[in-house]
Amino acid sequence: MAQGIKDKVVIIGMGCTRFGEHWGSSAEDLIVESFSEALSDAGIERDLLEAAWFGLSVDEQNLGKSALSLSETLRLPNIPATRVENMCATGTEALRGAVYGVASGACDIALALGVDKLKDTGYGGLPERTKGTFDDLWSPSATAPGSFAQLASAYSARHNISMQKLKQAMAHVSWKSHENGFLNQKAHLRSRTTIEKILAAPTIAYPLGLFDCCGVSDGSACAIVCTPEKAAELGKTGTLVSIKSMQLALSNGSELSHDSWDGSYALTTRVAAARAYREAGIEDPVSNLDLVEVHDCFSITELVTMEDLGLSDTGNACDDILAGKFDATGKVPCNIDGGLKCFGHPIGATGLRMAYELYLQLQGRAGQRQLDRPRTGLTHNLGGFPNKNVCSVSILGLYENDGYR
Amino acid sequence: MQPMDTTSTSGAGITSIGSYIPRTRLSRKAIAAANSWANPGLVGRGKGHRAVCSHDEDAITMAVAAARAAQAAGCRDVVQVLQFASTTLPFADRQNAGIIREALSLPSALRTLDVTGSLRCATSALIAALESRETQLLIAADKRRTLPASTLEMSVGDAGAAVITGQHNVLAHYLGSYSSAIDMTDHYRAQHAEFDYQLEERWVRDEGLLKIIPEAISQLLETLAVAGSEISHLVLPGVDSKTGSAIATHCGIAGTAISNNLELECGTSGCAHPLLMLNHVLENAQPGDKILLIGFGQGCDALLFRATELVTRLHTEQPLQKLLNSGVEDDNYQRYLSINQLVELDWGMRAERDNRTSQSAFFRHRSTVTGFIGGRCTHCDTPQFPRRPICANPECRRSGEQHDEPFKDKRATVKSYTEDWLALCYNPPLKYGNVRFEGGGVVMMEFADFAVGEVQVGTPLRMVFRIKDEDSKRGFRRYFWKAAPCLGAS
Repeated sequence: MAQGIKDKVVIIGMGCTRFGEHWGSSAEDLIVESFSEALSDAGIERDLLEAAWFGLSVDEQNLGKSALSLSETLRLPNIPATRVENMCATGTEALRGAVYGVASGACDIALALGVDKLKDTGYGGLPERTKGTFDDLWSPSATAPGSFAQLASAYSARHNISMQKLKQAMAHVSWKSHENGFLNQKAHLRSRTTIEKILAAPTIAYPLGLFDCCGVSDGSACAIVCTPEKAAELGKTGTLVSIKSMQLALSNGSELSHDSWDGSYALTTRVAAARAYREAGIEDPVSNLDLVEVHDCFSITELVTMEDLGLSDTGNACDDILAGKFDATGKVPCNIDGGLKCFGHPIGATGLRMAYELYLQLQGRAGQRQLDRPRTGLTHNLGGFPNKNVCSVSILGLYENDGYR
Repeated sequence: MQPMDTTSTSGAGITSIGSYIPRTRLSRKAIAAANSWANPGLVGRGKGHRAVCSHDEDAITMAVAAARAAQAAGCRDVVQVLQFASTTLPFADRQNAGIIREALSLPSALRTLDVTGSLRCATSALIAALESRETQLLIAADKRRTLPASTLEMSVGDAGAAVITGQHNVLAHYLGSYSSAIDMTDHYRAQHAEFDYQLEERWVRDEGLLKIIPEAISQLLETLAVAGSEISHLVLPGVDSKTGSAIATHCGIAGTAISNNLELECGTSGCAHPLLMLNHVLENAQPGDKILLIGFGQGCDALLFRATELVTRLHTEQPLQKLLNSGVEDDNYQRYLSINQLVELDWGMRAERDNRTSQSAFFRHRSTVTGFIGGRCTHCDTPQFPRRPICANPECRRSGEQHDEPFKDKRATVKSYTEDWLALCYNPPLKYGNVRFEGGGVVMMEFADFAVGEVQVGTPLRMVFRIKDEDSKRGFRRYFWKAAPCLGAS
């Protein structure tokens, strides 16, 4: 029986660029920036890195295929480097690659770096892409907001909650993230807003308005991970952040073709969360998790995710959200850094950007956003469509701290 | 040989008929309002509506809809020939009838052909079908583009109609026909021309309609020894009532026999119009009624039918009348112009998407895509689309054993939906959602023909064959099925 990866890998350095419209920077510049911060944070020599995992999603608007661009940009010493792509979980997948590499004993120190440069498309929103030769023949020419907007119609019908109330709760989600992002210098959108303004915004994909959608931006984030033994050898004696669990769940076509799924939630989030909690030893997420960074590509996604992660009872997310349960001062602060809402979503970097926030918070280095001594946090990504997706749930915490709150 | 027994339903004739009219009806008043500054004469013609295709319809999609209506109206005989008549065939060389066959999931062992080249191509094809004594499915559809501010823009409409011919259980006996071929250029459209070139109406009327049609009628009636006074319904497609009266009078036919030319309801639908009007007549015809059907275009086809008792089958449902009544008025002339590529809007960079089709993949999956055929697991009986090697039912997961499961005729409801203003759509917003099929199966698919705000969770749906994407670079068009409102359900 596998024991999982709990506490087998620690993070010794992280870096993250400001996310935004980097008209003057190329992806290479962003890679160097996040890497340099991580390297100096770790306080190690670059040549100590033994392997690298590179998250890059939209290669058409970026550096092309493979991890060659990472190796070339950083002039890595011919170490194994692998490009990973798994939709919106791409950044987390880079981290999982590095963590599994270290946990397996194949290497002691590994690099995970993610980047995407979406603003070179020439238009707003995600780029138009093929879904594959067969799916293009029949699948709707859907956009990301349109796919996720369907969660709202199905949720409203399933729980008999009026669209008006649902929209109020969705507006609160976005308002809260803007409040948080306002305090974060690395966020793309750094402005406060009002519920009224959110509700009055133009419709993008009914019922999602402009403020229900995350931005699109450029950015990079990076982590250097190693074994706890290696960290001690390197003299890392301060607060160490370790990986408690990393789980991934992919749709298998049930949601797509079978009526066992009602369309009002993300099945994979429930599966991945259950596994991640088991691997990390979390029994009561509401009490055990001090903060969560979830995939708020759209406000409705964050709303249903609160239920899928077990942070709200099914059908109760609207009330919990409106009561402030996930605000900065609430029981379980959600997206305290501003989330995808304020960071935008350079797909390859997002999962690592979430881990970066946990890393800072757990070490007490989050500045104005610092929460009161958090010990355990969660990151979540949901890529694709609600009926066809890749979901990652990861738990990070203080090393060898089993005393969850 | 004409069957003399009026109660007989055997002998060559029409065994079923069905039609399709697009849901959108453009108000002619709106056309006149937009163009009267340039052509004040249009104001007088600003009455009624013309049926217009949506952005995802063409002659092929209308043909599929009409054929399904004809199939639904009765005849279950195995079709031996499928003919598709149109002067606006989407493909010049890729058999359009063949696409329709795939969409209808008829057996591939079938004679299929396209007939074109004249507004009377459908009536000519109908004569051939009836004379053959075979069970034939003849479908006609036209989507004629017209120049803005032209008189033709006012009179044309988009529609399709389909007839099944056979020897048994006929709604109307075929009594005989007469055809003439006369190269009169009252209008013409050259090979690569976008629009018809129209000649003066008075010349067309005096030298064309009033001479060529009466001559054909007289010849036919004389041959069949039928008096004009015996005709109960005179079907004169695209002929105004004044000219129609003159023709009737000349042939000794009662003025009351002139059928509604559907000009006000939907406009004249090209080569499909004779069949569309015939369908309309049959929905009201009495057993024994003699129906004279005219097709005019570089000559004339005249066909005589006599309704049988089975014609009353069409009276209760009156599917065509329902279609005529269920249109949705549109006064957005600019949208009509744009959908018909008569004005170019800025659709942004998303419109630059390359819709190249992998033809080998399409060929492999053609019954899935064109026929909307999914699978049904032989173990757990779960219907599923698309068909995959392993069953979609989480409780089953058996591999490799699925029967073909057609989805196109299933009833369905909306499971979730959105109206997407970001996605590229030439009649935004793009509406799509998860669709739950009666008896099992879920498909995320695009919606067709819904107005903004009309879709709700639980809304009943039926499947329609539509244009999925256009590859303007390579001149290719791909089709798939979309979910549309149930007629009369809203």
